[in-house]
Amino acid sequence: MSLLLHNVIWLCMIVIAISILMLLYRAIKGPSNPDRAVAIDTIGINLIAMTGLVAIQLNTTRLNDVILLIGILTFIATIAIAKFLEKGVIIDRSRD
Amino acid sequence: MTEVVISVLLLMGTFFVFSSSLGILRFPDVYSRLHAATKSATLGVSGVMLAAFLFFLFEGNMVSGKLILGILFVLLTAPVSGHMISRAAYRTGVPLSERTIKDELQKRYKD
Repeated sequence: MSLLLHNVIWLCMIVIAISILMLLYRAIKGPSNPDRAVAIDTIGINLIAMTGLVAIQLNTTRLNDVILLIGILTFIATIAIAKFLEKGVIIDRSRD
Repeated sequence: MTEVVISVLLLMGTFFVFSSSLGILRFPDVYSRLHAATKSATLGVSGVMLAAFLFFLFEGNMVSGKLILGILFVLLTAPVSGHMISRAAYRTGVPLSERTIKDELQKRYKD
């Protein structure tokens, strides 16, 4: 791995870490509960990008399953939070 | 030469992810924050995943289908989750920004 790619990966990691900190501020302070849900969903997407950067830095392919797993868990968590905020329950039997 | 392409893709993806996070921090209400969260975060993570795919293709001679599957999954699920959150926000009565001009959905939820 050349010096250029090394420096670019460190710069991208620092920028994404700052981005996660900004989203954490919104997730803690956010005026309403859907604001927090949006911030947590985007934290998951930033974690996917960070995992890709770590996989390039370590030159390993064993983190590819982790990428898929974070994506699926973030999606299911967001759907569950949205249904809970809307109706108060996550799984209901009535079809509306 | 391939490292230059990978670096450009990484920088582009990181720029879009950072701009999406800046939009979530700065926009006035939930609905415009969702606009920032779904579109540009998807584009940014697509750039980073494409860079990782090209890196493993040229460095280790390995076609990793899971990274392409990751792009496809984020591309499929980001609009669905954004729509669910915005519907939950509108039905529970989260107020719009005071700079909003027109609310087309209000007369359908009047009852």
